[in-house]
Amino acid sequence: MIPELGTGALLVALVLCLYGAVMAALGARRGRTAYVESAQHAALAVFVLVTTCILLLIYAFLTFDFSVRYVANNTNLGTPFYYRITAVWGALEGSIVLWSWMLTVYTLVVVLRHRTSARELYPYVLTVMLSVISFFLLVMTVAAPVFARSLPIPADGRGLNPLLEDSGMITHPVALYLGFTGFTVPFAFAIAALITGRVGDFWITTTRRWTILAWYFLALGLLIGGWWSYHVLGWGGYWAWDPVENAAFMPWLTGTAFLHSVMIQERRRMLRLWNIALVILTFSLTLFGTFLTRSGVIASVHAFTQGAIGIFFLSFLALVVLTSLALIAWRWDVLGAQGTLDSVVSRESAFLLNNVLLVAAAFTVFFGTVFPLISEAVRGVKVSVGAPFFNQVNVPLFLSLMFLMGVGPLIAWRRASLENLKRNFLWPIVIGAVAALVLRLLGVRSTVAVVALALTIFVTATIAVDLLRATRARRLMGERALPALGGLLLRHNRRYGGFIVHLAVLVMAVGVTGSQAWSVHTETTLQKGEQTELGGYTVRFDGLRESQESNHGKVTGSFTVVAGRGAGDVLEPAKKFYPQEQSPIAYVDYRLGFVDDLYLVLGDFARDGSHATVKMQVNRMVSWIWIGGLILTLGTLLAVLPEQRKTA
Amino acid sequence: MKPKFLVGGVVILIALGYMIWAGVTQSAVYFVTPTELTAAPVAGKAYRLGGLVAPGSLKWEPRTLDLTFTMSDGRATVPVRHKGAAPDLFGEGRGAVVEGQWTGDGYFKASLIMAKHSEEYKAPHDTKESQSKVLIKTLEEPKR
Repeated sequence: MIPELGTGALLVALVLCLYGAVMAALGARRGRTAYVESAQHAALAVFVLVTTCILLLIYAFLTFDFSVRYVANNTNLGTPFYYRITAVWGALEGSIVLWSWMLTVYTLVVVLRHRTSARELYPYVLTVMLSVISFFLLVMTVAAPVFARSLPIPADGRGLNPLLEDSGMITHPVALYLGFTGFTVPFAFAIAALITGRVGDFWITTTRRWTILAWYFLALGLLIGGWWSYHVLGWGGYWAWDPVENAAFMPWLTGTAFLHSVMIQERRRMLRLWNIALVILTFSLTLFGTFLTRSGVIASVHAFTQGAIGIFFLSFLALVVLTSLALIAWRWDVLGAQGTLDSVVSRESAFLLNNVLLVAAAFTVFFGTVFPLISEAVRGVKVSVGAPFFNQVNVPLFLSLMFLMGVGPLIAWRRASLENLKRNFLWPIVIGAVAALVLRLLGVRSTVAVVALALTIFVTATIAVDLLRATRARRLMGERALPALGGLLLRHNRRYGGFIVHLAVLVMAVGVTGSQAWSVHTETTLQKGEQTELGGYTVRFDGLRESQESNHGKVTGSFTVVAGRGAGDVLEPAKKFYPQEQSPIAYVDYRLGFVDDLYLVLGDFARDGSHATVKMQVNRMVSWIWIGGLILTLGTLLAVLPEQRKTA
Repeated sequence: MKPKFLVGGVVILIALGYMIWAGVTQSAVYFVTPTELTAAPVAGKAYRLGGLVAPGSLKWEPRTLDLTFTMSDGRATVPVRHKGAAPDLFGEGRGAVVEGQWTGDGYFKASLIMAKHSEEYKAPHDTKESQSKVLIKTLEEPKR
């Protein structure tokens, strides 16, 4: 039953979606509000239908309905309850359903929020949103049919990929897709602005919160992905420059550039063309990312033609890019700047440079990711560039960006005077330089680490200087210190939300720097009762234990860990044996700390428990990355609060 | 002021181009099959060698952490040495990609082993090149 119901609902949704897209545009052209209202009803119906589909899929997973091929491929009778729900988006077909569902939710919110406030742009926004949903509905019915029937109906399913049995899998795809889909809204507004010729600030100010939220969710998705990689995959790192990661990182970089460049347009009426191009680029990169990771093209240039997904996404991407370029060409004369750049030493320049560097970083990530494809297509040789390439090229870019993070928010608009520079940057530069010297004297050898940490301190100092000065101004007016600070943050929530996000990035930068510079690892075979030492920890192997879980068997190693003179702690890394898998899956155990993480992976072992090979890592400062994520959340929340400044 | 910005832009572009060029030349890793490697091995060059772990060739010495095996694509074989336990999904008769260098002493020194199981690959005795290409394709870029 479910395959037919689901497919039927998807087809009806597709028809309604196309109808709504056409009606909204027609209504706008002919000035018929009734047409637009009809499109709104279609959008509501599409939301209901896609919601029904996702509920049907969840129901199929919960009831082990193996007549749905997707269910049979991604679950079995032993899959625990929670993971049967997350298995809904555990593979390609289901992810597309989740993606589309989020798009329909966003469309609904757009209808509710903007149907009266953005009257002129709104019908076209609806057209673009519904067109994008149509594409995904087409994918779901034709290219990756999620409700395909399995014939004959198997007695049991194939089971979920064991690596996906993790709480990170509940949140990671959801956050990532909320980010990916979120950029559809500013993109739709940009296209609507081009169509109507209203390319001024209106579309930018209207979509500011949308952009921040999409950007935040993408960041959150990347962070949770890093956390998943760190505590599940067992190689001890959080970022591998893997194509899958890069696919999400590229739109985040251009999205970050967009967040900054819109401020220049709001303030100085510049960069109209650039902003529209950036948001189109960001949206295109979200599609490109899906194409890259889901089509098999990464494995070989020739692979993607084997499945329909690649061709679908590539065609749609081409359609999006070409249509956008045509619209830009059509509106070329109204996209010119009204303001001009006055001086190299100004806030505009700093923001412009920030944009150039962010886009450059996105380009290098793009280049490195598709390099194997280029070399295979051009020279017939597969050459890949790994993490060293990405690190080598991006580290200078990111360090420069950190420097600008300190300069940009404080430097004067138009033309900074020497007085302005001295007032804002003298102390931070002195403090940063002293910090660099102290770090060198403390024996930090890596130049990159010294520069990164000194820059962190420099930027923190600029933020402190700004806060101190502003609080002092308020205190002179008779307020007390803490209420003054609180009032400041709330009244200028956009500015200080941004500062807190900057602090979050700095905290993460410390985490990345520290883990790159000071982590240590070793691998060794221990006899029962034997101990070894790494980075101030003593680890003793105490034996093995076998057990049976609901859907897998498990061999657990027991290791007693002593740090310095502290009491012993027991870590239990294991190997899990899933019947549907050919070989075991490592289960990492770890102790997280503010400075050190101890991380154990059970490598190989003798069945009798006489000896075991263990990989040990002491990873430094990694927790700062996750703490940075929390601070990032706080800053984003503050930034999206309604502004109070105007009422004051 | 315009020329200053133009000059700045050009400088940034050149710097970026140089960094990318330097990055590519220093970290390029060549993807080869055992046949391709044995045909023209260059000692010290970074390779990613993809093939099957030949049945019966895997030896693991827990005390010294020496892992040795032979990579095969049905036509040629390459002896591989590695320090450390094999990763999950690694085993005889299965596909693997190893990253490392040809030593010139007649063996491949692996610094990283990437193993991935795949429903697509054919039996280990397929000798046609097209088959091994299919195999390698399915093995590329696995998650560490």
